[in-house]
Amino acid sequence: MIDLSTTFGNAWFPSPLFTASGCASSGKELAQFIDLREIGAVVTKSVMSKARHGRPTPRMAETPSGMVNSIGLQGPGIDAFLAEDLPWLVSQKARVIVSIAGETVEEYATLARKVRSAPGISALEVNISCPNVENRGMVFACDPEASRRVIDGVRKTLGGELPIIAKLSPDVTDLVSIAKGVVDAGADGLALINTVLSMVINLDTMRPHLGGKTGGLSGPAIRPIAVRAIYQVHEAMPNIPILGMGGVSTGRDALELILAGAKGVSVGTASFADPAAIITIQNELKELLAARGFTSVAQAVGFAHRPLEEPGNNS
Amino acid sequence: MSSINKFSSRLIATVVSNKRVGQYHQILLNVGEMVNTCKPGNFVAIRVGGDNAKMILRRAFAISRVSLTGPYGGSMELIVAPFGQGSKWLCAQAEGAEIDLIAPLGTAFGIPTEPVRALLVGGGYGSAPLFGLAEVLKNRGCRVDMYLGASTGGKIYAPMEGKRSVNVLRIYTEDGSMGERGRVTEPIPGLIADGLVDVIYSCGPMPMLRAISEIVAGSDVVHQCAVEESMACGVGICMTCVLPVNDEDGNVSMKRSCIDGPVMDGAFVAWDLVGKIPEAHA
Repeated sequence: MIDLSTTFGNAWFPSPLFTASGCASSGKELAQFIDLREIGAVVTKSVMSKARHGRPTPRMAETPSGMVNSIGLQGPGIDAFLAEDLPWLVSQKARVIVSIAGETVEEYATLARKVRSAPGISALEVNISCPNVENRGMVFACDPEASRRVIDGVRKTLGGELPIIAKLSPDVTDLVSIAKGVVDAGADGLALINTVLSMVINLDTMRPHLGGKTGGLSGPAIRPIAVRAIYQVHEAMPNIPILGMGGVSTGRDALELILAGAKGVSVGTASFADPAAIITIQNELKELLAARGFTSVAQAVGFAHRPLEEPGNNS
Repeated sequence: MSSINKFSSRLIATVVSNKRVGQYHQILLNVGEMVNTCKPGNFVAIRVGGDNAKMILRRAFAISRVSLTGPYGGSMELIVAPFGQGSKWLCAQAEGAEIDLIAPLGTAFGIPTEPVRALLVGGGYGSAPLFGLAEVLKNRGCRVDMYLGASTGGKIYAPMEGKRSVNVLRIYTEDGSMGERGRVTEPIPGLIADGLVDVIYSCGPMPMLRAISEIVAGSDVVHQCAVEESMACGVGICMTCVLPVNDEDGNVSMKRSCIDGPVMDGAFVAWDLVGKIPEAHA
């Protein structure tokens, strides 16, 4: 038996496989294809204070082994989310990580205050790195000081109970310093990585293809970027739990992120291709761990960092 | 369980046949008992390119029709235009090839409980799901007229056997190479003025759907249209295939064409806002 359980702060999960925010809506749509109780947690689509239409279409372009999306945080707003979507997930006995996004430091704190009093939440993801916002200055995660202020405000509002996972962008020069800043400000864990800012030009119109012009690249194309980001941050802060994501489509990919230092792995774009992908990945991961002599996920977290003289389990 | 796509499942189907019909491919898939839950208007999401493909997203195709009594059991027919990389791959699959699909997805055309006079309007290969719909309507005692349009005759899809289910089939091409010269929407105002139609079912390019919605506005004619927006997932989680739709109170919100559609009431679609963003929520 492989012990798949993992923890983020004081939150316990029976599996390290989570949905990725923005790739599972609020869970209902996937429930036809998977049993939500079987996965680690549903990470809900980042919700803002108010209902939001998002960006104009086209919102998507497929690229080699990836896709660029430009949704722009369409959503019902926090009040409707807490009144309708969250209670449904809780009634299904799914573990829930609520993801929030704001335009100002104050909006994040307001969202955190509302989430604090909602029952049934395992952790809070603070998405400070969505690339699809009108003003690129809003991407807090590209600015160490702004990142710190957001997390500080959320931590003070939330108190010490609910674990905070800060979702960071790979589009920065020094990811480790931003990661350290948000941990100093009170983040219990880090979500790495958000999509990579990108663009596709349509050769018929000879203009940017997406309605929002720029978008976020996801899928297998960005997996090596995720592995690098997780490896660097885990190396700098080995005790900070990392929720890894970026192009994970197979058990092999999930294990790669775990070896780099992820305590949990989110499946995002792969669910678009197969809504049951997360279950397949979970089963494959179990076999791959066993084949390498691990008896738990915890043993494999960050295993790629072991000293050179220390062999692998089965060598 | 949720109520979204409650009959959907993933299946590995085999290609029963793949024939070229004009500019299109008629592909028959063996899907077994899945046919029992497929309704006209539903679509299928198909994985393309094989195991090592760089194409990571499924392709959505309207289910043209299903048959319970084919030589191999339940079968699903698709009419595919080999236009992009994914549809070219599908059109290249030979008899016996295995196809990874998820179906049935999305909303279906509403079938009236009383016999009505129905007009089915198809643009290009958008006519494909209308033949299956025509059979269902005919069996309900409806009068079924079908008008098909395209830029040129080669883009009209109108199989011989499909004509059995319709009372009148008219074809319009913009270049006059088949049927009458002109747009398929041109005769509709006259039909409505003469009180010859109760419900219009349409499938085809968005400008055609919009034009029909504008024609029926102010009349009692109901317009059920199958919309088309580019999709990443087909199951409601990616939020890419949205279009602006009014609710009963006139508030616009961005609805997913995969789960709130593809079949929508044309009167509620905010056609002038497609590709744009409505005013921010209050």
